[in-house]
Amino acid sequence: MATLELRNVNKTYGSGLPDTLKDIQLKIAEGEFLILVGPSGCGKSTLMNCIAGLENISGGAILVDDADISQMSPKDRDIAMVFQSYALYPTMTVRQNIEFGLKIRKVPKAQIDQEVERVAKLLQIEHLLARKPGQLSGGQQQRVAMGRALARRPKIYLFDEPLSNLDAKLRVEMRTEMKLMHQRLKTTTVYVTHDQIEAMTLGDKVAVMKDGIIQQFGTPKEIYSEPANLFVASFIGSPPMNFIPVKPAGGRGRWHVPLATDLGQLSLPLAAGDADLDQRELILGLRPEQLALAAEGDSAVLQARVEVTEPTGPDTLIFVTINGTKVCCRLAPDLAPAVGEMLKLSFDAGKALLFDAKTGERLARESKTPAEGSAGNVAQFRGR
Amino acid sequence: MTSAVLKPGLTPSRVLIYAVLILACLMYLVPLVVMLLTSFKTPEDINSGNLLTLPHVFSTLGWVKAWATVRGYFWNSVAITVPAVLISTAVGALNGYVLSMWRFRGSQLFFGLLLFGCFLPFQAVLLPASFTLGKMGLANTTAGLVVVHVVYGLAFTTLFFRNFYVSVPEALVKAARLDGAGFFTIFGRVLLPMSVPTIMVCVIWQFTQIWNDFLFGVVFASGDAQPITVALNNLVNTTTGVKEYNVDMAAAMIAGLPTLLVYVLAGKYFLRGLTAGAVKG
Ligand SMILES: Nc1ncnc2c1ncn2[C@@H]1O[C@H](COP(=O)(O)OP(=O)(O)OP(=O)(O)O)[C@@H](O)[C@H]1O
Ligand SMILES: [Mg+2]
Repeated sequence: MATLELRNVNKTYGSGLPDTLKDIQLKIAEGEFLILVGPSGCGKSTLMNCIAGLENISGGAILVDDADISQMSPKDRDIAMVFQSYALYPTMTVRQNIEFGLKIRKVPKAQIDQEVERVAKLLQIEHLLARKPGQLSGGQQQRVAMGRALARRPKIYLFDEPLSNLDAKLRVEMRTEMKLMHQRLKTTTVYVTHDQIEAMTLGDKVAVMKDGIIQQFGTPKEIYSEPANLFVASFIGSPPMNFIPVKPAGGRGRWHVPLATDLGQLSLPLAAGDADLDQRELILGLRPEQLALAAEGDSAVLQARVEVTEPTGPDTLIFVTINGTKVCCRLAPDLAPAVGEMLKLSFDAGKALLFDAKTGERLARESKTPAEGSAGNVAQFRGR
Repeated sequence: MTSAVLKPGLTPSRVLIYAVLILACLMYLVPLVVMLLTSFKTPEDINSGNLLTLPHVFSTLGWVKAWATVRGYFWNSVAITVPAVLISTAVGALNGYVLSMWRFRGSQLFFGLLLFGCFLPFQAVLLPASFTLGKMGLANTTAGLVVVHVVYGLAFTTLFFRNFYVSVPEALVKAARLDGAGFFTIFGRVLLPMSVPTIMVCVIWQFTQIWNDFLFGVVFASGDAQPITVALNNLVNTTTGVKEYNVDMAAAMIAGLPTLLVYVLAGKYFLRGLTAGAVKG
């Protein structure tokens, strides 16, 4: 158990090359689970390598339990890592792979056997212990890579996309196991994933990265409902948030935006308060579940024609065109109209977000109650 | 290509291919056959028949006499070759490991200069080497020859190992470092076990080079310390007495056998090693 803090961490792979990490600021408390998400090539693995000490940082400091470890060698940092590429030792059996770190650290034999047993059982690889990595499937190799890290009890775990190669069922199982294990061991963990559900369910905190800059750092709920900018809003959530270009009209305190389809139009009132929005190019962000079928007697209703339907099982996704943009709504399957049918949509305007079309930053929402302003702590972590 | 698979049996083109292959085989094999046959003949036999006739009487006299003459030099060669091969392979492996996994400032330049050593002709190093050996007090000793061969061979062995290790994912070394392994533990427990094919390539290459070397042997060793290649030359080039071709041939066979043996024992690795890294493993 340990705290982990990154202070203005910078990393460049060589003079002349662009910075891979820029002023990374993060702090997670003892036993917290940090999820790192971002598009491919944004620097997630690089950040992990820096924390592990496998790459030198070019600036800033990495603190574990408030002590700067950025000059320490990897083996003294007491960190275990699952590599994105697995990095299993090809000439050793699965058992030897898992044992290797323990043997080097001179753990007594009986305890090693016990740990190997525990990990193998947890990861369902008991029948593979005598095999070499070359004789395993990708998913099996990935579990061995996990086993190698989990056999140790370090201060910090680093997992670089540890479940990416597993089939859907095993993945869900492993996700639950990860959660259980984390609840039991309470080891501080940094976890990279491309999986939305893993990000939302496993993490105590989520950091969204792009081009080596942390776009937003906060709880999964904050990231989901109060995304700092268009990038975060589009990256988190599946299917992604709808972005409808709008130009507000009205005046202070009574801003509204026109929404139009082939079949009708609607002036959607905004909770934007006093801000001067007149004729600014804005983007209205609405999650697919924030559009619903209008009930009888609803006043703010927009008619639209269904263009595409995508039944996913639990929900059916319906696509319509509003203000010239394709918009997705998530409906219950038995309520969903068929293609070509007309439907009436109502909007959860209170949850709708507004973004500046130029900068991509989210406009602060009118805070109805003081408590709601707490999302503001997010902003201070935003990259410059 | 598909037609070759679909149409088994002897098409004219196949016949041609086989004919050419067999011809090529013969061209390489005939000298060996001649040597073998001659080595088992008596001198009278050699003078009467032609090169390719079987011996009238099968005589091992040539071999016995040849062995008696070159035995000491044979062991000289062993004493030079074995340590030189082992040392150059071991140091080459370590060099390759450092140059691929622990790059230091200027390591590329270092590697470039080392590569240069592969292109240096033997003749170019003769004088500097003899000067150095003299200063080291190793002139005309077996140890001196070992040193020369090790130094000259290092360029090649380093190249072999470095090229193999750059194909090994760096993450392996990173994982081992996190597991707590140090410089030599990573080398010995993780990388060396993976390097068997490369080790074999190095051993075969170095063994062949050093065992067959003549120039260094003739320059840096004298008298009883000479390797078998030099002794063989002296034997064959004697101008006194009758030419004993059976002894010459037997001695040449003795000089050539060890390299043949190494190829037979380790040859399968040679091909594997040369293609290592081509496939993701
Ligand atoms: N050893 C290196 N030398 C130079 N550049 C590198 C090196 N390793 C990574 N990079 C660059 O740094 C950037 C970040 O790479 P990184 O591997 O951290 O991405 P990532 O976020 O882990 O991506 P993915 O999701 O695909 O794994 C990339 O642009 C990559 O090309
Ligand atoms: Mg990565």
